[in-house]
Parts: sequence; C-alpha cells; structure tokens
Amino acid sequence: MSGADTRHPIDLEGPRFSIRKPAVRYDKQGERPDAERLEAAMAGFAKDFGRTAAAYMESCIHCGNCAEACHFYLQTGDPKYTPIWKIEPFKQAYQREAGPFAWLYRTLNLKPKVTVEELEEWQELLYDSCTMCGRCTMICPMGIDIASLVGLARHGMFAAGLVPHELAAVAERAEREGSPLGATAKVLKERLDWLADDYEVEMHVDEARADVLVTFSSIEIMKYPQSLVATARILNHAGYSWTVSTKGYEATNFGMLSGNVEWQRHSSMKLIDAAVACNAKVMILPECGHAYTALRWQGANVLGRPLPFKVQHISEFLAENVANGRIKVNKVGTTVTFHDPCQVSRRGGATSAPRVVLQALGADLRETEDTGDLNFCCGGGGGVVTIHRADELRYKTFEIKMRQMDATGAALPVTSCSNCRQTFDDGQARFKWDKKMASLLELVAENLSAPG
Amino acid sequence: MELLDFARGPGLAISLSIFVLGAAWRLYGIFRRPSKPDYSEPRSGAVLGPALAAIVTRMWHHRTFRERTLVQTLNAYAYHIGLAIVVFGFLPHIGFIQRLTGLHWPAVPAWLFVLAVAAVFIGLIYALFSRLTSPVQRMLSNFDDWFSWFVTILPMLTGMAVLSLPASAPYPLAPLDPTPVAIHLLSLELLLVWLPFGKLAHAFLVFVSRGMTGAAFARKGARL
Repeated sequence: MSGADTRHPIDLEGPRFSIRKPAVRYDKQGERPDAERLEAAMAGFAKDFGRTAAAYMESCIHCGNCAEACHFYLQTGDPKYTPIWKIEPFKQAYQREAGPFAWLYRTLNLKPKVTVEELEEWQELLYDSCTMCGRCTMICPMGIDIASLVGLARHGMFAAGLVPHELAAVAERAEREGSPLGATAKVLKERLDWLADDYEVEMHVDEARADVLVTFSSIEIMKYPQSLVATARILNHAGYSWTVSTKGYEATNFGMLSGNVEWQRHSSMKLIDAAVACNAKVMILPECGHAYTALRWQGANVLGRPLPFKVQHISEFLAENVANGRIKVNKVGTTVTFHDPCQVSRRGGATSAPRVVLQALGADLRETEDTGDLNFCCGGGGGVVTIHRADELRYKTFEIKMRQMDATGAALPVTSCSNCRQTFDDGQARFKWDKKMASLLELVAENLSAPG
Repeated sequence: MELLDFARGPGLAISLSIFVLGAAWRLYGIFRRPSKPDYSEPRSGAVLGPALAAIVTRMWHHRTFRERTLVQTLNAYAYHIGLAIVVFGFLPHIGFIQRLTGLHWPAVPAWLFVLAVAAVFIGLIYALFSRLTSPVQRMLSNFDDWFSWFVTILPMLTGMAVLSLPASAPYPLAPLDPTPVAIHLLSLELLLVWLPFGKLAHAFLVFVSRGMTGAAFARKGARL
C-alpha cells in the first residue's frame, strides 16, 4: 500500500517520531468509495472471526468492569473508553455475519450493518486510546482478552484504509525501507562503525556463523545508540559468538501495530531468515515490548512451524546469564523502581526476568502500587506514541505513572522497552518531571565487572 | 387443556428443548469457527489445568481492582447465590426437579430461603439501578440486557404469588389454585427459552471464555 496521506510531512528530527501540525481528524488512506472501504473492512474482520474471538464476543455480559482497569477511562471518566466498547463494530459485524444466530440477526435486522461512519468514529477508540496493554483482561470476570480483539479489529481497519495517518505512514515506511525511522541497513552499518570507534567496542556484523543473532529497535538505533554499545559490551563480556545481520535487524513491527498482516509477516520473516542464515541458536530481541509479541509469540505462526532457534527478550537473556554467572555485575547501590513493558511482562510472561537482573545489580527495588502483571501502561504502547492527535490523552494516562513512581521514593526509574522509554522521555519533557527513565540493558552494561 | 397442564406438559417440553438445542447451537457456533495452530515455543504445555485454574481464580478480582468493583461484585454474588438457593433449595422446586429427573435432596431451612429471596430481589433491583445510572453500563446496554433482567426477575415475582404454599409441605400434586402455579411455571419457561440466545448464556459461556484465556496465558507463562 502506498496510499499514505503525504499532506503531513514526517518529522524525523523531533524528540519522538511524529508529524507536524496535527489536527483532530479521521484519517483515511487512499481514495475509494465508502462502500468499497466498508467491504474491505468487513472482509478483514471476517478473516479474524476465529474460535477464540467468537468465544470472547459471545461471552461479554456488559458489566463494564473493564473500564475500571483502563488508564484512558480512569483518567478521563469518559465511558467511550470502556475497553469492550472499543471493539463494538467488530462485535457487531461478528454477530451479524458470523455468530451462531447471524442468520436471525440479518433476517430480522436485529444488528444493523456496520457503517463507514461508525468505523471512522471508532478509529480513535481502536488506535488513539488503546495501547493493547491488556490490563482489562486482568479484570474481566468472563476472562475475555479484549486487547487481542483490538489487535484483530485493527486488521479490518487497515484493510479499509482507516488508520491514523502517522501509524500508516511509519508502517508504510517500515515496509518500504526496512525501518520506520529510516534506520536502513546502510545507516545501521554506519552507526555500528561509528559506535565501535567512539566507544572502542568490538561489533560483529554479518558474521557467516554465530550462536546469537542480535536485533535492535529502530528507536534504539536512531535515538538511543548507547543501547547498541551496551548490547555489544555485554555479549563480548559474556563471551558469546554473536552477530548483527544487516539483512534482518529491525525488531519493531509496525505491520502488527497498524493492522497489516502481510507487512507484519515481511518484518518477521527478515529476522527469521537472518537467524537461519547464520545458524543462530538464540535470537535476542531488543528492549522493545511489541517486538517480543511479534517474534516470541507470533513469529512461529508467521513461519507456519516452530522456529529453529530460541527467542529471548534482552531482559530474559540478561537474567539467564547473571544467574548462570556468565555475566558478572557490580552492585549499583541505588533505589530503583521498575516499569514493566506490558507486552513483555503481563502479556509476555517474562515478568520475573528484570527483577532477577536488578537483584543481581544489588538495586533496592521499590515496586509501584500496581506493578508486574498489573502494572499501568506508559500510555505509548500499541503505536499510540506515534499518533500526535492522541498526545493530550496520552499525557493524562502518563500522570498515573508519575504519581505511582514518585510514591515509591526510588531515585532511578528503569524499564526494558525503548518505546516506553521514549514515552517517558516525552512525558518528562511535558511535565518537567524530575526523573529520567533508564534502560535496564544500559544499567547492566555500565556495571559489568572488570575481567579477572 | 388447563393452563397448568400445558405449562407442565407441552410448555415445559418445548421450553426445555429450545433451551438444550439453543445452548448446543450457540456452543457449536463458537467451536465450528476455525482455530489456527500455535507453533510458538510454550513455557507450559498444560491446557486443562490452567483452564480450570482460570475458571476458579477469576471468581474474585485482583486486589488492585477490588475497591472500584466491590459493591458490584458483592451484589452479583448475592443474587447469583440467592438464585441458586431459591431454585435448588426450596422444597416445591426440589419436588419439581424430582418429578423431572428422579433426583432429590434436602430443602434449605425456611429462614435461609427467605433470606435468599430477599437477596435476589435486592440484588436484581440494585443491578438494574446500576445499569440505569452508571454511564459505562448504560452505554453498553442493549435489548439483551433489559430483557434478560426482566426474564430473570419475572419467575421471582410470579413465584411470590404461589408462596401461599407452606414451605415445609411436600410438592402438591394438585394445587388448590392452579393458575398462579401455571403462570410461575410459564415464566420459568420463558427464562429457559431466552437463556441460550442472550447474555444469560454466560451461565455456560463463562467456562469457555475463562478456560480459553487461562490456557493461552499459561502457554506464555503469564499470570491471569
């Protein structure tokens, strides 16, 4: 697809990825009649009416408990941010077209057809005000995983060309250039060469064989290059045979976030092919939440068979190696609070890994009131941080994070997701917050024990 | 045919058939949908255990959510437990079930029955009040919510009209005034007919949705 709206030029120089002069709007990609757009959305929805989605959509009892877990609702009190309401058109389409009583709904017109106007209205609810953090799943008395339904509903929205402009634009760029932020293979290579010289660290690029394939987030490559240095230092310290592949290095997956299954597949296959090519035993995913979902939990399904290598988030890799003694660290002697990236902890099952690392670092960990699997999202997940018109709403949710982190009294906030990190940096600038989010990876690299 | 004969005979047979077939069709409608295999490396291969665990553990909210949901949760428990006691603990109802299935058990004491009836009425009225006044619930509500509430409270109301029967008496084969009994039975039959088609189906769907999420989260090693 190249129907992205070019009226909003991409601003790559800003403190985070965004567009200039945003306005409240419903974005559309491409020019086509509404009927055709609607048909594409319905076909996109229909592909996702699988067994689990059907069970979820049949089970909702309209109790509204999910609202009480959602940071967007809690901070605004606006009922439209009730998580299950965000998938209403998806649910409506299911009941009319695919549910057990669809024939009855259609014949008696008990469920009207979804309209383009509804989808336009719901664009804000499906994208701007849902980070797919899954906190609502933790409260639903029926156990409905609403975040997964939002992810599915986005497929139909993308097919209809009804995605917020910035998200569509970065997804299109990632598909075209291999990176949403312009971190092409050439840029990566130049950066790694520069970092190797400046920081006197040995980089391994395009090795024919390696046990470990390292991947990065373009946010790290372009905005937090220290993370690349930290990764190299840690792997060299631990004595691993490792490489970065210029054929598959970009772990962010904007195809997944925007709702384009085919682009999601392309991004994932580049990484999988790169790991297979160098015969890697382990692929390390960077400090990025959604990259973990895309590869660790969806990568094998994209491939259509089990992956021939192990996939680890960098925090899991660090935890495993501090535990087995391959990574030796000094004590940091400071008070720390940890922000769990939702996709790695709550939705990824790796909640304990960063805590193992922080313990090894001797950090005095002070947990926030809601932590671990019940942590509040930073507000920027699910692609929300890219959507400029959602800024004010996102800042409201960020207030929860500041409040809870301040209450711990910890000196240093730490996370293991560069997307969360840039959301925190943006929130810090907005509120002139006196805390600066740190990277777990960089904290380990800065405190590696000297050899011998 | 007298009204009571109809309610006990064809009416009951038809409503029970619709209930069973409707519930089966609804479940079939879910399970006939395609399910893609998951090739990701699981942290846990267990399916049944985590599914059952999710069914049990999701009966109570995590501590962090309790403050904001406590009244609603306690209220839901009050009328669900109350309904269970009224349906399965009241002697005439046990007699009715015995006539249908041959199964029977001791009735609850009269004071507990009265307490249960009160819990159901208060609980259902509060649930309606909450649905009418909570902006979130009002926005989510549709015909299903209102009608499901109506068919749930209706047998309670019609049952009150039959309560002249002594609670300790055996199930009467020929009630003195058969019309209220017939109306009570017909209101139950309306509930049975509606249950598989609306939100009341959560009576069985709760096991499906909780179980699926429990198994999926266990695969990822994530807590639910």
